[in-house]
Amino acid sequence: MVKTSFCAMLNLSAKAMIKVENVSKTFGDFHALKNVSLEVLTGEKVVVCGPSGSGKSTLIRCINGLERHDEGLIEVADNRLTHTSSSLRAVRSSVGMVFQQFNLFPHLTVKQNLTLGPVRTRKLSQPDADKLAMAYLERVRIPEQADKFPRQLSGGQQQRVAIARSLCMEPQIMLFDEPTSALDPEMINEVLDVMSELAGSGMTMICVTHEMGFAKRVADTMVFMDHGEIVEKAPPEQFFSNPGTERCRDFLSKILAH
Amino acid sequence: MSFCRLAGLCCLTLLLTGCSGNWGWYVVDPTVPAGWINLKFLLSGLYYTLLLSFTAIVISIVIGLAVALPALSANRALRRFNRIYVELVRAVPILVLILWVYYGLPQMTGLSITVFWAGVIALALSDSAFEAEIFRAGIQSIDKGQYEAAHSISLSYTDMMMYVILPQAVRRILPALGNQLVYMLKMSSLVSVIGMQELTRKANELVVVEYRPLEIYTVLVLEYLVLILIVSAGVRWLERKLQSDQRG
Ligand SMILES: Nc1ncnc2c1ncn2[C@@H]1O[C@H](COP(=O)(O)OP(=O)(O)OP(=O)(O)O)[C@@H](O)[C@H]1O
Ligand SMILES: [Mg+2]
Repeated sequence: MVKTSFCAMLNLSAKAMIKVENVSKTFGDFHALKNVSLEVLTGEKVVVCGPSGSGKSTLIRCINGLERHDEGLIEVADNRLTHTSSSLRAVRSSVGMVFQQFNLFPHLTVKQNLTLGPVRTRKLSQPDADKLAMAYLERVRIPEQADKFPRQLSGGQQQRVAIARSLCMEPQIMLFDEPTSALDPEMINEVLDVMSELAGSGMTMICVTHEMGFAKRVADTMVFMDHGEIVEKAPPEQFFSNPGTERCRDFLSKILAH
Repeated sequence: MSFCRLAGLCCLTLLLTGCSGNWGWYVVDPTVPAGWINLKFLLSGLYYTLLLSFTAIVISIVIGLAVALPALSANRALRRFNRIYVELVRAVPILVLILWVYYGLPQMTGLSITVFWAGVIALALSDSAFEAEIFRAGIQSIDKGQYEAAHSISLSYTDMMMYVILPQAVRRILPALGNQLVYMLKMSSLVSVIGMQELTRKANELVVVEYRPLEIYTVLVLEYLVLILIVSAGVRWLERKLQSDQRG
C-alpha cells in the first residue's frame, strides 16, 4: 500500500485539512494542553498515543469544538473554529467523532441512530436517509442489525454502528477517541478492521489509540503526547524503531511489553 | 394487585356497614330510583375532575419544561430565574392560589375568568414548580456522552433536546410524572371551593340535600380511589411499554 504521507511529500501543495496552532486549554488551574501545534493533511492518518491524562482526548475534542480552547487557532477544512454556533456547525459538519463509550442513542433503533443526523441536519428525506444508512451498515458489515436497539448488540457491533452513524454525515475527517478501549478483546479486531478499511478509502483520520499493531499498519504519522504537550511526532517506522525522547521510549516499552 | 387492594377496601366498607346500624345506603342504592339518580349525580362530577386535571397537567408539564431548561443553562441569570420561580411557586398553598386566581386576578387585570380556567391556571401553576424540578433532575441524569454524540452529528439545540435528550429523560421520569398526575387528580377537589362542579362539589351538594354525609363521602372516597388506581395502572402500562420499546 502506498502511504498517503508519501504522496503528500511528493505533492508539496497537499492541503492541510486540520490546523492546530499554539492551542492551550486549562481546566481551572490545570493545563490540559500547552501550546499544542499539529497539522493534518488531506487523507493523512494520525495516531495519537500517550499516558493517561496527557491531553489526547482534550486535543481531539477541541478539534470538533466539544471542548473550547482558551488560546491559539484551530482551523478545520478551512473553517476557523470560533465557538459561534455557525462556526461550530460548519466545523462539526465536516468532522465525525467516535467515542470510547460508543454513545449510541439507546431509545432509537440502529437505523434511526444513523438517520437522525442526515434527516435533521442534512435535510435528507427519510427514504434517502434510510438508503444511506443501509449502505453504511453494509460497509461496517452489520446490515442485519438495522432494526435492533443498541442494547441488543455486542460492544463491537455497537462501536461499528457508532462509526456508521458518523459516516452517514459524510464527514471529511474522522476522529476516534480510544474506540476499542471499552471492548472485550475478541471484539477489538472487528472494529479495527472497519477503521483500517476506512483509512484505505482515503479518509483523513486522527485516532487516539494504544493499538500499536493498528498504528503500524495504518498511521502516516505517530504523535506522542505527555503532560499536555506533543513530545514527539514522526512517521511510524522512525517512531517505533528510534523514538527521539526518553519519555516516549519509556511509554512504548511499557505498552509494547504486553 | 391494585384490584386486590380495591376488593379489600370494598370488603372493609361492607364490614363497617354490617357493624353499625347507622348506615343508610338507600341514598346511593342503584336499585332504588332515587338512589340511582343520586349516584348519577355524584358520578357526573367525574367529567370536570378529569377535564380539569388533564388540562392542568398538560399545561403544567409545558410550563415545567420551560422553567426546567433555563436551570440547565450555563447562564447564571437564567439559572437564577429557575430557582426563584420554583421557590416562589412552591411556597404558595394550592387552595390560596385557587382563591387568588379566581377572586384576585380578575380585579388586578380587569379580565373575567371562568371557574374552570381559574382552576386550571391555579392547579397548573402550582404543579409546574414540581414538574420543573422533575424535568431538571431527569434531564441532568442523561449521560454527557449523549449530548456529545448529538453535537458530533451537528444537531441543533432544539433537535438535540427533541430527539435525543427529552425522549430519554421522559422515560426516566415517567413514574414521577405519574405521581404528579395522581396528585393533580386529588388536588382538583380543592377547586370545589370556587364552585367547580367536579366530584367533591357534587358530593358536598348532595350531602346538603340528603343529610347522609357518611354514605355520600364514602362513595366519594371510592370514586377517587378507583379513578387513581386506574390511572396508576395506565401509567405503569405506559412505562412497561416504553421500556420494552428499548429492548425491542
Ligand atoms: N472537564 C474536565 N474538567 C477538569 N479536568 C479535566 C476535564 N477533562 C479533562 N480533564 C483533565 O485534563 C487532563 C487531560 O485529560 P484527557 O482526557 O485529555 O487525557 P487523556 O490523554 O485522554 O487520558 P486518558 O488516556 O485517560 O483518556 C486530565 O488530567 C483530566 O483530569
Ligand atoms: Mg482520553
